[in-house]
Amino acid sequence: MEWLESFWPTYSTLVLSVGTNILLALSIYLTLSCGLLTVANAAFMGLGGYAAALLTMTAQMPLWIGVFAGGLLAALVALVIGRPTLRLSGVYLAMATLAFGEVVRIFILNAEQVTGGALGLNGIPQLTRWYDVAVAVALILYLLVRLAGSRVGRTMAAIAQDETATELMGLNVRAYKLFAFVSGAGLAGVAGGLNVHFTFFTSPNEYGFERGVEILAMGVLGGTGSPWGAVIGGILITLLPELLRGLGHFRPMINGLVLIVIILYSPKGLWHWLRFSRSNSAPRRV
Amino acid sequence: MLVLTGISKSFGGLQVLDAVTLNIPRQGIFGLIGPNGAGKTTLFNIITGMLSPSSGSIEFAGRHLNGMPAYQITRQGVARTFQNIRIFREMTLIENVLVALAERSRYSALHMLVPSSGYREAVAIERDSALELLGRVGLAEKADRMAETLSYGEQRRLEIARALATRPKLLLLDEPAAGMNSAEKLLLMDEIVKLGDGGLTLLIIEHDMRFIMGLSSQVAVLNFGRLIAQGTPEEIRANGAVVEAYLGSDDEVQKQIGKRS
Repeated sequence: MEWLESFWPTYSTLVLSVGTNILLALSIYLTLSCGLLTVANAAFMGLGGYAAALLTMTAQMPLWIGVFAGGLLAALVALVIGRPTLRLSGVYLAMATLAFGEVVRIFILNAEQVTGGALGLNGIPQLTRWYDVAVAVALILYLLVRLAGSRVGRTMAAIAQDETATELMGLNVRAYKLFAFVSGAGLAGVAGGLNVHFTFFTSPNEYGFERGVEILAMGVLGGTGSPWGAVIGGILITLLPELLRGLGHFRPMINGLVLIVIILYSPKGLWHWLRFSRSNSAPRRV
Repeated sequence: MLVLTGISKSFGGLQVLDAVTLNIPRQGIFGLIGPNGAGKTTLFNIITGMLSPSSGSIEFAGRHLNGMPAYQITRQGVARTFQNIRIFREMTLIENVLVALAERSRYSALHMLVPSSGYREAVAIERDSALELLGRVGLAEKADRMAETLSYGEQRRLEIARALATRPKLLLLDEPAAGMNSAEKLLLMDEIVKLGDGGLTLLIIEHDMRFIMGLSSQVAVLNFGRLIAQGTPEEIRANGAVVEAYLGSDDEVQKQIGKRS
C-alpha cells in the first residue's frame, strides 16, 4: 500500500475531478439525449458551486446540505429560464443558453459583496472526500441507467429523433424537455458544489465559455445513447491532458487532435462505437 | 364524429385552405382526394394540431380542438401517419410502438427507478401489447430489427401500428399506399378494411384512385384549398368538376393544343 501513500496526495485532485466531471458529463447527457444542444451547464455548475461554498463558509453548514442547496438553486434557475428558452431549438438554443451562461458569470463577477467578484472565493473548506464523490456518481449513474431503460428514457430518445412525431404520440414534449433541462442543471449544480470543496478556491472564470464547451465535449465524445457514454467522455476529457503531459508544449495540440480523430471515426460517441463496432448493428432487445 | 366548419389557412399571401366545411361520420372509411397542392396534408396538420387554422372551428366527438396542443388532441383519440414517413429510424420496431404506448402506461416514476416484480410485469404487458400491434400489420417477427432496415412499405405499416398504439377513435392516413407495389397495396387494403370493421373511423388521403375508391364509403375532393365535391365514389367519378380538376377543362385542353400547333 506504499504506492497509495504517495499516489493519493499527488493525484487526489485528479481522481476527484474525474468524479465531478462524470457528473457534469451526465448532466449534459440528460439534455443531449433529448436532442437539446445547451451550453449552460458550466453556469449551473457555477451557481451550485458558489451557493454550496457560501453555505459551508459563512453558515458552517455540512457539505451535503450545501451541495444539495447548490443543486436545488441551479434547478430552480433552470426552471425559470427553461420555459422561454426551450421554445428554441438547434443552434438558437445553444446561443441562448450560451448568453445565459455569460450573464451568470458576469453576475458573479459583479456581486462582489457576496461572491468576492473577480478575486473569487478563497479558503473554501476541503470537505469533499473520495467517498462523497463516489457515492454521488454511483447513485446518479444508477438512477440515470434505470431512467434510460424506462419509458421516460425511450421518450427522450424519440424526441431527439423526431420531435413532431413524438408529440403526436400523445406525449407532452415540452414537459419532457423541461424535465431534462432542469434535472441536468440540478446535477451540474451538485457537481459544482462537490468540486469547490476540494479545489479550495473558485472564481467566475472557471465557469465561462471554455468550461461550457468542455462539458459539451464530454457528452458528445462519450456518446448520447447511454449514461455510460457520458462516463467514458468524462473520464477521457479529464485524463487525456494528464496522459499527454510528457508532450510539453505540444500537449494542447495533440489533445485537440485526439478529440477530432475520435469525432471523425466515431460520430455517435465512443460508447456507441464500443458497443456496436464488432457486432455490426446487431439486433437489440428491449 | 369530426366536424370541420369553415376552415381557412393562409401562409402569407397564399390561401391554402378556403372555408372547408366537412362532416366525417362515426365509423367507416372516408377518402380525401385532390391534385397535388390542394391542401390535403395541410388539413391533416390542422386537425392534428400541428398547425392552427387562420379561421374556422374543429370539433371532435363534441369537443373543440382549436388551440389544443397536439399531444392533447392525440389523447382525445386522433392519430395519424405521415406522407413523408416519420418513424423513429434508430430504434427497433417494438421500441417505436412502445414510445406510442408510453403515454398510457400507468407505472409511476418510483417504479421505474427501483426494480420490482410489479414493474417487470407492467413492462412485460406493454411489450406484449406492442407485439400484438406489430402482428396486426404483419411485422411481429421483425420486432427487434432496427426500423431503418425496413422496406418502404413496411415502414408505412410500422407507422400505422405506432398510430394504433395511441388507441385512436379517428385515424388519419396520409398516402398510406405511396411507394407500395400492388401486392402490398392489396394487403394494406385488407388491413384498413379490418380496422374500419373494428369500429375505427378512418380518413385517408391517397392518390391511387383504385385504392381509395375501392375502400371509401364517402369521398371528398379538394382543389386549390376548396372543397369541390363530396359523395360516394360513384358520384365522385361522375362529377364534372372533379374530372376537370384532375384533367383540366375542355377549354384549357384546346388552349394547350392551340399553343403547340
